[in-house]
Amino acid sequence: MRAYIIRRLFLIIPTLLIITMLVFLLVRFIPGDVIDMMLAQMSEQSGMGAELTADYLRHAMGLDQPMHIQYARWMGFIPQETGEFHGIIHGYLGESLWKNEPVLKELLERLPVSIELGLISLITGWALAMPIGIYAALRQDTALDYTARSLAIIMMSVPGFWLATMVIVYPSIWWNWTPSLEYLPFVENPGGNLIQFILPGFLMGTQMSGSLQRMIRTMVLEVLRQDYIRTAWSKGLGERTIIIRHALKNALMPVITIAGMMLPMLIAGSVIIEQIFCLPGVGRLTFEALTQRDYPIISGINLVMASTVLIMNLVVDITYAWLDPRVQYR
Amino acid sequence: MADFRIDREIETATTTVVRKRRNPIADFFIRLIKEKPLGTIGLIIVIVLLLTGIFSDLTWLGFPSVEDGGPGLAPYGFNEIILKHRLDGPSIEHLLGCDNLGRDLLSRIIFGARISMIVALAGSTIATVVSFFVGAISGFLGGRYDMIVQRFVDAWMCFPGLVLYLIVMSILGPGLLQVIIVLGVSMGLGGGSRVTRSAVIRIKEDVYFEAAKAIGVPTSRILLRHVLPNILPVMIIGFSTGLGGFILAEASLSFLGFGIPPPTPSWGGMLSGTGRTYMLQAPWMALWPGLALSIVVYGVNMLGDAVRDLFDPRLRGGLGRYGGISQEKLAKLVEKKKLGVESPSEA
Repeated sequence: MRAYIIRRLFLIIPTLLIITMLVFLLVRFIPGDVIDMMLAQMSEQSGMGAELTADYLRHAMGLDQPMHIQYARWMGFIPQETGEFHGIIHGYLGESLWKNEPVLKELLERLPVSIELGLISLITGWALAMPIGIYAALRQDTALDYTARSLAIIMMSVPGFWLATMVIVYPSIWWNWTPSLEYLPFVENPGGNLIQFILPGFLMGTQMSGSLQRMIRTMVLEVLRQDYIRTAWSKGLGERTIIIRHALKNALMPVITIAGMMLPMLIAGSVIIEQIFCLPGVGRLTFEALTQRDYPIISGINLVMASTVLIMNLVVDITYAWLDPRVQYR
Repeated sequence: MADFRIDREIETATTTVVRKRRNPIADFFIRLIKEKPLGTIGLIIVIVLLLTGIFSDLTWLGFPSVEDGGPGLAPYGFNEIILKHRLDGPSIEHLLGCDNLGRDLLSRIIFGARISMIVALAGSTIATVVSFFVGAISGFLGGRYDMIVQRFVDAWMCFPGLVLYLIVMSILGPGLLQVIIVLGVSMGLGGGSRVTRSAVIRIKEDVYFEAAKAIGVPTSRILLRHVLPNILPVMIIGFSTGLGGFILAEASLSFLGFGIPPPTPSWGGMLSGTGRTYMLQAPWMALWPGLALSIVVYGVNMLGDAVRDLFDPRLRGGLGRYGGISQEKLAKLVEKKKLGVESPSEA
């Protein structure tokens, strides 16, 4: 077990390095015309075009340096021009091109919104998926199972942005009701804030519950086919005991591993939902940064997101190995 | 399992009963229709999508476009602006109504089917090829090469899909070709290559593989004659289950304005942009494209599911209601064989 953990921890280092390289390359491979575009956009929107030239911008973004130096500086392996070490390994993600504020600060400001949204959608997603998934497995191939499975596929097929649009358009036509499109901070208006989050959170949760439900069903089915379930039956145990004590306990353990997969789904979903419902979360920050071509923010967010996913997966794997002694530590 | 022997007997019995010697493709469709009602619905939806996409107009055969009086399913051109019909509701002339520029929504949805079809098929093909080259070769070579490639795949999979596509699209600029390449390559690299790789690793433990190696069959031939045919089911499953994801991803990208630029009628794009401001006056502008999208993705996913069930080598012909024959048929067979034991799939 200890060897397994150490091995996994060692494997994470190259992956993390590759993540930083990917983030770096994605953002640094900006073709030249994008610089011009930034220039045009910046001068158009902020009126500070006069002192901005392409060379200045390139210099400010460090694009006039050779690639490996740029990378090392960005990572903080070698000092910046000013002589100080200022990079990822020092917890410095760069500065927004537009607001001249550290990316990290911006990110931390937006994070609570996304976490709240994520929590609500996780709760709805699991609350919907668990009973339906388990019941569909127990009553396999009945009408109920078919209905549940079709429902799951429908949930996975209906695009979230369309559902959200419908939710905004139709109630406002029929009942003249629109969800508040102005963000209400939790500290100022807890009730209004919660009401505001319930709809988008619920939409994201429903979306998620489709695939969750299918996974839960498969896992329960798999366990129901095991020998120890047959033993339990032949011992004459009641259905309740078998299902709750023997089947579910074993079936739901692998479901933990899904937690790691949920995170990227949540992040991707939040980009669209936050955009539609005007919630100032990380998803919206990403989108804003993309439309403004604010590359430091984009790379900062991505680095944080990808590393979180990576670490989350590691934690999940280790927990799983620890919980289930049958897992081979290979 | 105790009744393993019975399973075997039933399997041989059923395979001889169910599988007469047929063309494998015909066999597949017959099994699909017989055993998978939901998959059949999916198949019908997919066929409708394909026909709509292909025959929305016939410019690809050299006919004039619909606007110029050419033949096609679409009653109007996808960018045929009739200003006096701006925001018109559904009518006989315009069955689904018109958008804020007076373009016929039905026609735009019909042309949108073509975009979705192209993105799904081309994207999934690219993803399959990429996943073969990355996954199969990584699994086949193993060792240090595998280790390094897998760290890259690990890293790649840590990025939330949509965010990654958005970034790459913001660098490449919007367009159909870009969407296809970006989605195809990144989906192939991510999930797809993993599945292919583990299938190849399983094959490497098989006897025929060892035998081929032992008698000195060259690597390229092993890959082509032994590995490829054996991972084909996995790749077909990957191809068909991925299709829905491509349609949704393209729609999401276009919705956010990073996908296929207007005036090309992408279903996702029709829900976004300037149209959004008119949706309260003309809710049909929001309704139809999303409905089309939902139905098509639903159909594609249903078909993909059925394909997976029919192709999954672990489940094929074995215990299961998934695998092939239904519970009742199995029970009947058991009775017929007078084995007098309860149906093995009870567990």
